[in-house]
This record gives sequence, structure tokens and C-alpha cells, in this order.
Amino acid sequence: MLIRGGRIVDPSQKLDEVLDLLLVEGKVAELGEGVDAPEGCETIDAGGLVVAPGLIDVHVHLREPGGEHKETIESGSRAAAAGGFTSVVAMPNTDPPIDNPAAVGFVRAEGLRAGCARVYPAGCITVGQRGEQLTEVGELLKAGAVTITDDGRPVSDAGLMRRALEYALSFDCAVAVHCEELALSRGGSMNEGLTSSRLGIIGTPRAAEEVMIARDLMLAELTGGRLHIQHVSTARGVEMIRAARARGVRVTAEGTPHHMALTEEAVDGYRTEAKVNPPLRTPEDREAVREGVVDGTLDVIATDHAPHHYDEKERAFDDAPFGLVGLETSVGVVMSELLHTGRIDLPTLVERMSWAPARSMDLPGGTLSSGSPADVTLLDPVAEWTVDPTRFLSLSRNTPFAGRTLRGRPVRTVVGGRTVWQGEDRS
Amino acid sequence: MTHEATPFLGKDLIGLEELSAEQINGILDTAEPFKEISERAIKKVPVLRGKTIVNAFFENSTRTRISFEFAEKRLSADTVNFAASGSSVSKGETLVDTARNLEAMRIDMVVIRHASSGAARFLADRIGSNVINAGDGRHEHPTQGLLDMLTLRDHLGTLEGKRICIVGDVLHSRVARSNIWGLRKLGAEVAVCGPATLMPVAVEELGVTVFRRIEEAVEWSDALNILRLQLERMQAGYVPSLREYNRVFGVTSARLEAAPRDILILHPGPMNRGVEIDSDVADGPHAVILEQVTNGVAVRMAVLYLLAGGKPESAESAKQGRAS
Repeated sequence: MLIRGGRIVDPSQKLDEVLDLLLVEGKVAELGEGVDAPEGCETIDAGGLVVAPGLIDVHVHLREPGGEHKETIESGSRAAAAGGFTSVVAMPNTDPPIDNPAAVGFVRAEGLRAGCARVYPAGCITVGQRGEQLTEVGELLKAGAVTITDDGRPVSDAGLMRRALEYALSFDCAVAVHCEELALSRGGSMNEGLTSSRLGIIGTPRAAEEVMIARDLMLAELTGGRLHIQHVSTARGVEMIRAARARGVRVTAEGTPHHMALTEEAVDGYRTEAKVNPPLRTPEDREAVREGVVDGTLDVIATDHAPHHYDEKERAFDDAPFGLVGLETSVGVVMSELLHTGRIDLPTLVERMSWAPARSMDLPGGTLSSGSPADVTLLDPVAEWTVDPTRFLSLSRNTPFAGRTLRGRPVRTVVGGRTVWQGEDRS
Repeated sequence: MTHEATPFLGKDLIGLEELSAEQINGILDTAEPFKEISERAIKKVPVLRGKTIVNAFFENSTRTRISFEFAEKRLSADTVNFAASGSSVSKGETLVDTARNLEAMRIDMVVIRHASSGAARFLADRIGSNVINAGDGRHEHPTQGLLDMLTLRDHLGTLEGKRICIVGDVLHSRVARSNIWGLRKLGAEVAVCGPATLMPVAVEELGVTVFRRIEEAVEWSDALNILRLQLERMQAGYVPSLREYNRVFGVTSARLEAAPRDILILHPGPMNRGVEIDSDVADGPHAVILEQVTNGVAVRMAVLYLLAGGKPESAESAKQGRAS
């Protein structure tokens, strides 16, 4: 496949210029001016488009096994491709959880069978995510897991968390953490503040997240372990990560599109589609998340794509589950919030969504350097479109962005040199 | 009956936060003539004849349910009581399906009590019938707020500039929220007092003064609205013991005697005598707790009448059985 005349934005090589990109046998073959198409090679005109390394989302819930009414590995892999993602990391909090090599193999095999975006399994830190006993981390990694995490639940026992960080050092594997002190968040359904007081909803204070971020940063510092902090939602959290990294702590961290776009106001009127954990917080926190992504403290943009069936969200607020879908709105939200507001330049944005996530979990891709996987995302950064959840390829539609007009969208997703998704607007 | 939004109150009564001062005064003014119905030998007027009302109580309630039922029956509505505890079925599932089933039975109004904040709004958004919130979680209990205000108005003449302090577990209290919104809209000064563990975050941003000590509240107030302290609060660690709660925050006659003026005593019930309120206060000369209960029926009649399309100025003639 020859992608001709696009603006190549590849932060891994500090490239931002109009070039042709040749993909041969699933690898990047050549990047240059006036590349000739070999005999029988498909040629794509990318004039006016951005050609980026395939986008990577290291935090998605594909719900299979156990929650196939919400999402399957296949539907999630398609939704990822429709969002411009060529690789995703599937969280292990399924039913049963992905805490053994056979389960890791299942996720990997189903991902390959789906044949859309690449699906990399994450394995559990502890057996059954119960926070009691370490999983066979070496075996999980050998079976194809790329990280370990008990996402959705924190590892409450600090001693066990220390051991996990230390043990993972044998494999130099990142330990991804959902930071939440349960004793402070118990019963909470939204951010604790004026809005929760007005609505009569039990709030979760920012401290519930910050206490755990502080603990895990200190444990990473203690052990030299490799920490990946998921979905940071508070200003103080961002600040602590910035300071820890400056001290040399090995930490990567995520900012989500929803935490950079929305505040707790989004749940007013008991809107369950904006009920998410960690919760949407205050305008100051939102600003800090944006700033963190801009300055690289939150070096990875990840969606925490969390599909739920509409029956499950169609409930009183306290009774509805946490989570929102993000794969198919991520590019539009991030570009609208950061790029078109002049906060971030395009190469930095692409870096946060490709090269940085690839490095955070040692995934192939995230670059267009010669010999890398032929994973490419074509983006139209200025196209305006309106979010219509009925057109999602995800099985679920729980988004707080329905009806919102966004600027910027993917137009074609190429995995291993093969187009796996193409937008309807351009053919 | 049509279910179009009525000009005076709209389709539903979900909370006092959404109402204007004019609407709140209108409800209280409408309740005045309705008070008298309950004093008659034959306590019935044909105001809501032919209307069907469902009292859907997903959470235990005795006095609110009975009060609504009396209000409905004294206005000649046909009523059905529906009680469901969330034991086996998940509460949310019951709620959405209940909404659809009620809708299918072509009822006119639903009175809902539910343990989840937002449940009344949830139902109101999904059915065409009028919905009245009889208490949703920790959110609002608008008819309780209204009956408290009617009782205060009876005694204080006006709410404008009067000082009302809500005492106790404000954090978990829907009564407190409705009182704060309603009283503030009618020009009263509102304070809250209780242990900091039972105060909502940022409560002062709702426009209330916060007193840490009951003595300060007593010094300041024209009336105290004393909330029930649920026994579970002690088990959950919000307060160390009921004994200590009474010693530190209890409204006792000794504390009231130190007040610079007579203080009206309200309590939404049911009372824990000897915990948040001492018996000699509850049974004392300044307690208006039973008047609150009496006024509850009149206020609920007023709300039912207004949601059914009535106007405050027509309440007197409607009561006499004349068409408005």
C-alpha cells in the first residue's frame, strides 16, 4: 500500500512533512518524496490528511468473557478501528478475570480472530483481582499479556503492591494502577462537592484518588518499579506525578478525553452516562488534566472505554454502573479540546496517542520508522461532525458526548498494511 | 384529563430547588383553604373525582404515605398503593419497568418514594402522568419542606427575614435540602447545625450559615427544625454514640432556656426522644410538631390540586364543589 501526499506526523522520528509512505508485507518499507508504487500496489491519496502512526489506546474494557451484552472482543476491536486505533490494551476485569495464562491466550486469540485493531491483553496483578495473592506474572507475560493491572479495583494492601512492583521488575513490566482508597470512596457515585451536595449523591473526595497516587508513587520510588497510573482526574494527582517524575521515579500516566472535556456538572440532572470512576471533577481539575497532557506529565491519552448496556445505565444514579465508551469519540474530543483551542500542537497530540502509549507498555508500533508494523491512522483534523451514538460500532452507546459537535476525526485505519476501517465521508 | 404542563406548577413536583418563590407561595396559599376540609364531619370534596393516583413507595414510610393517601381521598381521587422493597429485584430495574407499567395503565398521577436520589426525576422524565416526589434518597422531600414552611408561616406570620436553623444529620437529609431551598426562596435566613461529619461538603455555598455548636444555633434562631438521627449513623462512624450526640447536639430544655427568645420547635418525625430532642422539648409549649402533621395533609391536597390543573386563586371555590 502506498499512501501518497499526506502530512506525515511521526513524533518518534520528529517528522512533520508531506511525504509518501510505502507499506510492504505488513511493515513500513519506505518514507520519502516521490516514492514509486510497486507493481499492483494499492495507492491511497492522502492529500489534505494527516498520516500518523496507528493510534494506541492502552486502557479499554472489551468485556469478554462475561459481559458480551456490553461489548465483545470483536465489536471492541472494530470500535477501536473506527476510532482510529490500531492497537488497544484490554483490561482484565472480566468475568472470569484474566488472571491465568489460558485466559490471556483467549483474549489474544479472539483479538486475532476479530482481525481489526490489535488486541493486547492485560493480566491481573492479583488472583481474581481480590488483592490477596500475586498472579503468575511471568506466565501471563509469556502468554501475551503486556502489563498487569487490577483496574477497576485498587490493590489495597500496600505490602502486596510493593511486592507486585518489585516482582514485575524481573520482566521490566509496567504495573498499571487504578488509584482509589476504598475507605474514602465507599458509596460514592460522583465527585464530592457542591453538585453532589445539591443532588444528594454520596461523593468521592479527590483525596480518595490522591492518597493512593501518593502511595504508589512512593512504592515505585522505593522499589525502582515501573508504574503506570491510570485515568488521573485531580489537579493534585497531576502535580504529584510531575514532582515524582522530576525525582526520577519511573512513572507513566494517563489523561482521558472525558476528564479533559467535562466536569462534575455533566452529571447534573442525574445523567448516568456521565457517571464514571474516577469521577468527573471540578473545572480546576479539568484544567490540570489538560495541562498535564500538554506538558507530558500525563504522557498517555487513554479512553478507559467502558461499555455498558442501556438497561444498566437506565437506572437511578446510585444504581447505575460506572463507565462510558470512548473509543469512537477520543480523536474528536482530544482535537476539539486541545488542538483546536491552541493548547497543543499536532505532533505532540499524535505522540500522546501513539508513541507514548506504545512505550508505556512496550508495544510494537507507535512509529513509522522503517521495519515497524504497518499500522497507520489517517486523520482529518478539521472535519466537523456530530456524535451520533446510534452509529457506533461498539455494542454500547453510553457516552456523555451524544449530540456534541467535534472537530477532527479519523478517516482510515490501517493495521498490518490492510485497511480495517474507513470513514464513510471519503472513499 | 390531559397531561399537558399546567401553567402554575408544571407537570411534576420534584423539588423546591426548581420552584420560584411565587410558586411556593402559591402552594402555601392554596393549602390555607384546604385545611378546613379536614376539620369537617364529612371530610371529602369532589376536586379530584375520577382521577387515579398511584402511591408508589419503594421505601418504607408510614406518615408520608398515610398523609398523601388522606389528601387524595379527601379530594375524592381513586388511589392505589404500591409498596416494593428492593430486596430481591434490583431497585433500578424495578423502577424503569414500573414506570412503563404505570404508564400503560393510564393513571393520572404518581406519588413516589424511593431510596435513590434522582428517582423521582427519573420517573417524571419517562411518563406523561404527573409525578410527585415523596422523598428520593438524600435529595429532596418537597412536600415535607412545604408543610414545614406552612407551619412556620402560621406562627411567624411571614418567613421573610426569619431565622431558621436545621439541626442534625443534614448530610443524609432530603428534608434539609427541601427546607434550605424553600426557605431561602421565601426570604428566610437559614442555618444548619450538627457534627461536621454530618454536614454536606460545601453546604455554605447553598446560602446557609453553618453553626458548629448547638448553643450558637439556639442563640441565633427563631425556629429549629430538628432532624432525626438514624441509628445507622452511629454504626457507620459518623457519631461516636447516641448518648454523646444528645449531650453535644441534643435540643434540651436547658439549652432552650438560655435562648434570648422563644424558639419554635419543628421535627419531621419520627422522633428519637432523648437523642436529637428531649421529651420535654417535644411535648413543650413551643413544639409545633403535630401541627406539621396536620398541615401535611393540607399541603399535599394543594399540590395535588395544582398539578391537576387548579389555580391558587380558585382553591376556595373548588373546595365548595364549584367548577373553577
